[in-house]
Amino acid sequence: MDNKKIAKLSMIATKIRKHAIEAVYHAASGHPGGSLSIADVLAVLYFDVMNIDVQNPNWEDRDRFVLSKGHCSPALYGALAERGFFPVEEIKKFRQIDSFLQGHPDMKGVPGVDMSTGSLGQGICAANGMALAAKLDKKDYRVYAILGDGELEEGQVWEAAMFAAHYKLDNLTAFVDFNGLQIDGNIAEVMSPLPIDEKFQAFGWNVLTIDAHDFNQIEEAIHQAKNTKGKPTVIILKSIKGKGVSFMENQAEWHGSAPNKEQYEQAMKELNEQLAQWEVEYNGR
Amino acid sequence: MADKVATREAYGKALAEFGEKYDIVVLDADLSKSTKTETFKKKFPDRFINVGIAEANMMSMAAGLAACGKTVFASSFAMFAAGRAFEQVRNSIGYPNLNVKIGATHAGISVGEDGASHQCLEDIGIMRTIPNMTIINPADAIEARAAVEAAILHQGPVYLRFGRLAVPVVFDPSTYKFELGKGITLADGNDVTIIATGLMVPEALEAKKILGEESIHARVINIHTIKPIDADIIIKAAKETGAIVTAEEHNIIGGLGSAVAEVLVENVPVPMKRVGVEDKFGKSGKPQQLLEEYGLTAKHIAAKAREVIRMK
Repeated sequence: MDNKKIAKLSMIATKIRKHAIEAVYHAASGHPGGSLSIADVLAVLYFDVMNIDVQNPNWEDRDRFVLSKGHCSPALYGALAERGFFPVEEIKKFRQIDSFLQGHPDMKGVPGVDMSTGSLGQGICAANGMALAAKLDKKDYRVYAILGDGELEEGQVWEAAMFAAHYKLDNLTAFVDFNGLQIDGNIAEVMSPLPIDEKFQAFGWNVLTIDAHDFNQIEEAIHQAKNTKGKPTVIILKSIKGKGVSFMENQAEWHGSAPNKEQYEQAMKELNEQLAQWEVEYNGR
Repeated sequence: MADKVATREAYGKALAEFGEKYDIVVLDADLSKSTKTETFKKKFPDRFINVGIAEANMMSMAAGLAACGKTVFASSFAMFAAGRAFEQVRNSIGYPNLNVKIGATHAGISVGEDGASHQCLEDIGIMRTIPNMTIINPADAIEARAAVEAAILHQGPVYLRFGRLAVPVVFDPSTYKFELGKGITLADGNDVTIIATGLMVPEALEAKKILGEESIHARVINIHTIKPIDADIIIKAAKETGAIVTAEEHNIIGGLGSAVAEVLVENVPVPMKRVGVEDKFGKSGKPQQLLEEYGLTAKHIAAKAREVIRMK
């Protein structure tokens, strides 16, 4: 990937982060930490990889995306708004009484959302169903899902893991946002799902582990997943929870709490600085 | 009423029959021989998916299939379909109003020998509280077949409740007409109305005979669609007969009795009694012994009818 493309994706990812912070701040509620950690992969999926049509969000041959860790809706809504599925101004109404931007993704109300999620473990199973539907209909659309690392503690995830391998769903690519933190603290201390890679390998998946914030690695892993036949691929994203906002990085307390005005302004200042740098990079110094 | 056929048998046959006409996908959780989805599997192996013993994945996966345009039947025992996978049904299927049909067999105490762990007496109550959910509890094989087609034609989630036990065929296939959400008056009468569902329908007809010998004229209504309930037929019966008895193979809490009571209380409060399992767990035994012991026979319905008439 050339530097210009990296700069472009970085700009988009930074805008997604800004939307996420904006959403959570105005709602005074929501999940910033895990939203910031998946912004880069969402930028790649929605702006470079997925075959979608903004004018026709329900196009039946589109690639599907399922946010199995549905609480990170601020990042998903940010990506969808940035991509043009709905006006970015809507972001400020997130979680409010008159908004279609529900706390967790609602496929009936939000253009571009392919599955209603929020109850952990269910999204990856729905993604199985979508991948199976493509196989049954002999269609070549692909299905992407993002799980949380804490979400792996849900037993239903492993029912899905068993199923996807058994039915050779090679059109399914799952990402695990391995930021190491869940609400109550470090995943290894709360209820360890480790080792994640060996578990998926044992379930029959193709397993890749990458840096969640390196666009070259994200693109290459997705490319490898597409070329892997006969088994589903899981891409374990070694990520930083709260990535991009200094005081939120690697802090479990930012899993599900909103910034106050001062913190919001600080976060936006940092993100705006990053955005300005990437814009300079993109436009050429 | 010569023949006896389990509604689960009719379910399997109906899936195989309607699989010709409609592009349905059938899922099962390692119970295809019991739920009878095997009948469909033999005919349409490419559209049958065994998910293994994993009902949670099955329900959420059914939602994913439906989100991609499929009409999906997800089958298991009522205990696991409605009980174990409740939250998947609620959040993955009910909330997004997806086109998934839950084929729940082995409902009720007539499961028999397997005992309490497998005798689901709560499913109607559980499913009734989910918005968008339609609930059908067929009385016999003819109605079960019709219910399957009605479920296919209905857009949105449907919970279909079938039994393990072979039960009398009540309806004549040449004249039977199924209308989703509409009760059927099976016999007229103006002293009391028996509103029954599932295998209690033939018992209700038998109860009418018993009461007839005492010159009590009972109306008998079959409610196959428990949600949305046919309020009109219930209100009319309450006004014309002044007393209601409900009969169901379910806990008296949350099922048909509760649904009818809700209609009566808000529209035309008349004396009412419920026949059902009286907030107890089941146990092992022969189905007929259990139905007798737990008070689910014509005799019990007749006794409640006499009681409710005295309350008028």
